[in-house]
Amino acid sequence: MALLTFKGGVHPPDHKELSSGVPVKEASPPSQVLIQLSQHIGAPCKCTVQIGQEVKKGDLIGEPTAFVSAPVHASVSGKVVALMDAPNAMGKMVPAVVIDNNGKEEWTQLRDNPDYMKLTPEELKEKVKDAGIVGMGGATFPTHVKLSPPKEKPIDVAIINGAECEPYLTADHRMMVETPSEIIEGLKIIMKVLGVSKGYVGIENNKPDAIAKMKEVSSGETNIEVVALEVKYPQGAEKMLIKAITDRDVPAGGLPMDVGVVVQNVGTALAVFEACRYGKPLIERVVTVTGLGVKSPGNLRARVGTPVRELIEACGGFNNSPAKVILGGPMMGFAQYTIDVPVAKGTSGVLVMSEEEHSTSDKYGPCIRCGSCIDVCPMGLMPSMLSILSEKGFYEETKGYNLLDCFECGTCTYVCPSKRPIVQFIRLSKSLIKR
Amino acid sequence: MAVAKKDQALIVTVSPHIRNDETVSRIMWTVSLSLLPAFVSGVYFFGPRALYVTALCIIGSFFSEWLVEKMTGKEITIRDGSAFLTGLLLGMNLPSSAPFYIPLVSSFVAVAITKQLFGGLGYNIFNPALIGRAFALITWPRAMTTWLEPTAAFVGLDAKTTATPLAILKEGGMQKVIEIFGDKMNLYTDLLIGHRAGSLGETSVIALLIGGAFLIYKRYITWHIPLSFLATVALMAWIFGGREGFFTGDPILHLLSGGLMLGAIFMATDYVTCPSTRIGQIIFGIGCGLLTILIRLKAGYPEGVMFAILLMNCFSPLIDRNMKSKVFGLAKEAQK
Repeated sequence: MALLTFKGGVHPPDHKELSSGVPVKEASPPSQVLIQLSQHIGAPCKCTVQIGQEVKKGDLIGEPTAFVSAPVHASVSGKVVALMDAPNAMGKMVPAVVIDNNGKEEWTQLRDNPDYMKLTPEELKEKVKDAGIVGMGGATFPTHVKLSPPKEKPIDVAIINGAECEPYLTADHRMMVETPSEIIEGLKIIMKVLGVSKGYVGIENNKPDAIAKMKEVSSGETNIEVVALEVKYPQGAEKMLIKAITDRDVPAGGLPMDVGVVVQNVGTALAVFEACRYGKPLIERVVTVTGLGVKSPGNLRARVGTPVRELIEACGGFNNSPAKVILGGPMMGFAQYTIDVPVAKGTSGVLVMSEEEHSTSDKYGPCIRCGSCIDVCPMGLMPSMLSILSEKGFYEETKGYNLLDCFECGTCTYVCPSKRPIVQFIRLSKSLIKR
Repeated sequence: MAVAKKDQALIVTVSPHIRNDETVSRIMWTVSLSLLPAFVSGVYFFGPRALYVTALCIIGSFFSEWLVEKMTGKEITIRDGSAFLTGLLLGMNLPSSAPFYIPLVSSFVAVAITKQLFGGLGYNIFNPALIGRAFALITWPRAMTTWLEPTAAFVGLDAKTTATPLAILKEGGMQKVIEIFGDKMNLYTDLLIGHRAGSLGETSVIALLIGGAFLIYKRYITWHIPLSFLATVALMAWIFGGREGFFTGDPILHLLSGGLMLGAIFMATDYVTCPSTRIGQIIFGIGCGLLTILIRLKAGYPEGVMFAILLMNCFSPLIDRNMKSKVFGLAKEAQK
């Protein structure tokens, strides 16, 4: 059978071999964590602890102030030593709680529930909400919101996104190889909450071991299908994934639920299972630490709030001098100016790029209208025109070229022979147009 | 600790953090390379003069690019291969008998006026090499239509002048063409390998096809413009090209002669001056084909590829504006 896919896209050298064979290792808990109170899309949390207060693992430290929000929990046991504003991965200052680890690793009271599948959809959803689960692929949209589609949008398909199309990243890959049953259980919970009868797991074909494992553990499930996808960025973008698997087009400006689909990341499914089965809140995640700039790349299970510095040290430290440290992958990740930035719920990878690996666009030429960007744009846009209009200051005119349909995957910029900062021009227009 | 010290030097830019290794100059030099087979056969059939004329074009292009960029205080870009490619294409579009001032002046018109004065690479409306050639044809009509008979390689400089197959066709019809070339098979074979009078780089169809296949294989061009262009010419030539009424024309003669192959594969596909969406490119190719046949059959010139492409160049922005790509998740009618 031909591999499922979408129109457009590219396949950059993915360098997944650096870490794809390295089993997930427990990162030692840091002596101090810095936990942001806004680790999701939506309203920031209100702090519920005071300086000097003792907390245990899993204790609530930030409570949501709106529906589109997610609670935040302590990831170590110890004492709250500071409440401060600190930069997040995007460089934005957000309120954060600093906890000194007392090393006792005491858990708060967790409610174990072996019969979780007997809970009602509402009860399951409540558990997901209380656990503070957000989209762990990087978008960090609160999961319980995605699991609460409005009545007029009936959902009939749930998809687990195991594409992991970003080069270098292998966290999802390792989870699928090492904890496949838990992920399938997570999918079953998601299907039950949504009341859907069809579930898919979409995996890029460069992870044959993950495909085999997931197929193996789901072989008894008649309504769950594991499908192999063509290896192509951005295969893991929601709209592209839905197109590939169900052949449905999410309307421009719309959401997956407009075509009856809900997509959740592999890590999210695992967190959903752990929340419903063990009552465990989201206080740790698997992070790929990779790139030629780090000595021994691997995959670490790290506490939320761990400084990236400690993860890099756990992987042998820097190799020569690093040029860039990126949270996320090389296509959409965020370059950091300090490695003291903490791991957040959406941190899928720490990519340390050497001087030879990365590329910047400090010098670029004129558009020669070769059309490469048009060929690869997964949204069928004309990035060339968007960049030319933006470069010349015609921001309003970019709307005529469907500016707002761009989700900034950067594929156009990757292929441009003139090395034009196309997606950067697009972001500039987006911020300057009248909406 | 060691990690902390290196902290200071981190580069911060927005994503994406990787690029592929394609560059504009690599594209330009690769396209130039793909013209090599046709150029070599030009030198084979028309002798050292072909080399001389083309070299003058390339020198003129380099000089013009350097001069304008120097005068306007811009970065000197003669190394990006764009000026070289324009010079090479222009040279291949000239008769090997052209006196020295034609390549020099027309390369100045091509690079300095058509390209640089319109804003440089990426901003020109018309194909520079073709404007250079059009300028030469209009300014020196006699010299530009004096064709030397192809001599199999370097025999001498006293080659006889002759007419191109399309000129013969225009004057005397198909019968006359076949008479001169012996029989139909001879005619087609000579046209394929390039043993005929014409611009020095346009005659060898087989060499041009090799170059075109290479470019399509390298994905520097797609089939859309060449195929729609050639197919339109073939169809129209078959329908209207005969003297005995409709459907009596010879499409093969039309396909294999004149500057059609060179134009359809290498000139009409110029990124800057052709539309950028696939559907736009097909419309562009069909337009080029219709105009070519109109000029070949009904206008004063025996050949129309050059003017056809230049005229269609005018329409490229208009085609681009009205033939946008299909946006994902948007009904076609909803697109502005």
